[in-house]
Amino acid sequence: MKIPALRKERKQLSVSPERLREHRRVKRMDFLNSMCFMAPSFLGVLIFFILPFLVVVYYSVIRSPMNREFVFLDNFTALLQNSAFLTAAKNTLLFSAMAVPLAVVLALGLALLLEARIPLKSQFRTFFLSPMMVPVASIVLVWQVLFNNNGVINDLLGLVGTDKIDWIKSDYGQLVVLTLFLWKNLGYNMILFMSALANIPKELLEVADVEGASETYKFFAIKLRYLSPTVLFVTILSLINSFKVFREVFLLTGGYPYGNLYMLQHFMNNTFLSLDYQKLSAAAVIMAIAMVVIIAVLFKVEDWFGKDVEG
Amino acid sequence: MKKKRYFSRTVIFLICAFFAVIFLMPTVLTISNSFMTQSELNANYGVIFASGQQGGTSYISEKVNLKFIPDKVSFDQYKTVLFMSPDYLLKFWNSVILVVPIVIFQVAIASIAAYSFTRWRGKARAFIFFFYVILMLMPYQVTLVPNYLVSEWLGLLDTRWAIILPGIFAPFSVFLLTKFMRRIPYSLIEAAKIDGAGEWSVFAKVCMPQCRAALYSIAILVFIDYWNMVEQPLVLLPDAEKQPLSVYLSTINSGEVGLAFAIATIYMVPTLLLFLHGEEYLVEGIATQGSVKG
Repeated sequence: MKIPALRKERKQLSVSPERLREHRRVKRMDFLNSMCFMAPSFLGVLIFFILPFLVVVYYSVIRSPMNREFVFLDNFTALLQNSAFLTAAKNTLLFSAMAVPLAVVLALGLALLLEARIPLKSQFRTFFLSPMMVPVASIVLVWQVLFNNNGVINDLLGLVGTDKIDWIKSDYGQLVVLTLFLWKNLGYNMILFMSALANIPKELLEVADVEGASETYKFFAIKLRYLSPTVLFVTILSLINSFKVFREVFLLTGGYPYGNLYMLQHFMNNTFLSLDYQKLSAAAVIMAIAMVVIIAVLFKVEDWFGKDVEG
Repeated sequence: MKKKRYFSRTVIFLICAFFAVIFLMPTVLTISNSFMTQSELNANYGVIFASGQQGGTSYISEKVNLKFIPDKVSFDQYKTVLFMSPDYLLKFWNSVILVVPIVIFQVAIASIAAYSFTRWRGKARAFIFFFYVILMLMPYQVTLVPNYLVSEWLGLLDTRWAIILPGIFAPFSVFLLTKFMRRIPYSLIEAAKIDGAGEWSVFAKVCMPQCRAALYSIAILVFIDYWNMVEQPLVLLPDAEKQPLSVYLSTINSGEVGLAFAIATIYMVPTLLLFLHGEEYLVEGIATQGSVKG
């Protein structure tokens, strides 16, 4: 309904019934149009995502698919006492809490470095993007070569005289996955920051230069403000990708990995395979609620920051 | 003063070069190792992938041997993949017929939906958009059950549609495109409307040309994501005959390493071509977009 011209028209000529009818017709057409554009995607999402998810919600509050007795929160309380679920939730939370901020900060750092006038700039950009192309399975192979008990990293550590660490099967497991995650995602995040940096009004920075502002001041007072929408955008993308890294974890370690690599996705995968739909649905619902909270907070944060700069 | 600047530039250059080498390493390793013979690979990585060798004759070094240049360039692995057995090519083709429709239709449907989110904004639509964002963020394992249930009801299980249809309607590109379209000056759309253009022609002739870079870069992202899918086919398409090469590739990890590298290299080619063709788009495309909510 964003046609200001129409609204003005209505004020001026609100008496004439023909105009009013015409206006209603236009408005109805507008509404129909909006529905037509929305429909294909929305129907698909409804059928393939929303309706089935409602069924999942239903599953999470009944005893079992056979005995459809309403048990309200029983499945949830059972789940919250399940040690496997709690470990998985803790690990996933820990990993995302490390991975997402690092992916944002390091990518921003790289983008700032590449602002300098150095040779081979666009080549560097391409190199940083190259991990996106490598097939998952091949990444997993390479990471095994690097982090296996007899792998390259341990060899290098051996030169310094440190003992071998069986990285993937130790408490450092998350570190291995973290390097993989960063390696894979930094490049694209960096690209997003680079073009956001390029879009900062040049005059502003020039004025700051003339006034003798320091680099740090310029970064915090000017650049960061203009980057804040991109920071949030990259945060959301990195969050998605921090969940997607499960694919690699699964291929590296299988269904039952050592200690802190046991993620929520493992838990769900395993409950799915054992056909424990109640546990699975309850876990899915809890995860969905967590997502809603995170996104709501991010949107609110954006409202705070985004107001003073246009765009 | 000038000297100092040169010094800092050199330092920055060296830091970037260092990172570039690290970032490039696995890619280069994959490609160069695909030209090694299986026995050379066994010698290099035998300690790790011990199951790889046939017979006891091959020499296995105590340590892992990270080599980038093959002793003898060999195309054996490629010969096996391309000519010896039709299995790999068949699976490659499986990947193509799964991924290409997903990319094309997801982007097409998403651009229509994104237009709708851009043109009309009310409370209801904002709510629906929020819903899309939530759905987009869900890890695949959360949507696994819903996906499975739907495929079962519609009788799609174990057919390609079980992968393609949910892929087409995935909300990811709707989100990205909406964010991009909201940056198009509203006056452009308004001007076209005043000139008497219908909704469709505004969409097709005003909006779409502005989004060309974004469309291309989103298509690349979607392509990469689905080109590497592993979980979906395992659950929804158990028939190994129809599974994409990415699934197969992930199962030959420890066995024939050389084959795995060669297949991975071949599998990289389509992505590489898309990249070479559209890196500039990728850079300017999504990049210029602003806030999360738009």
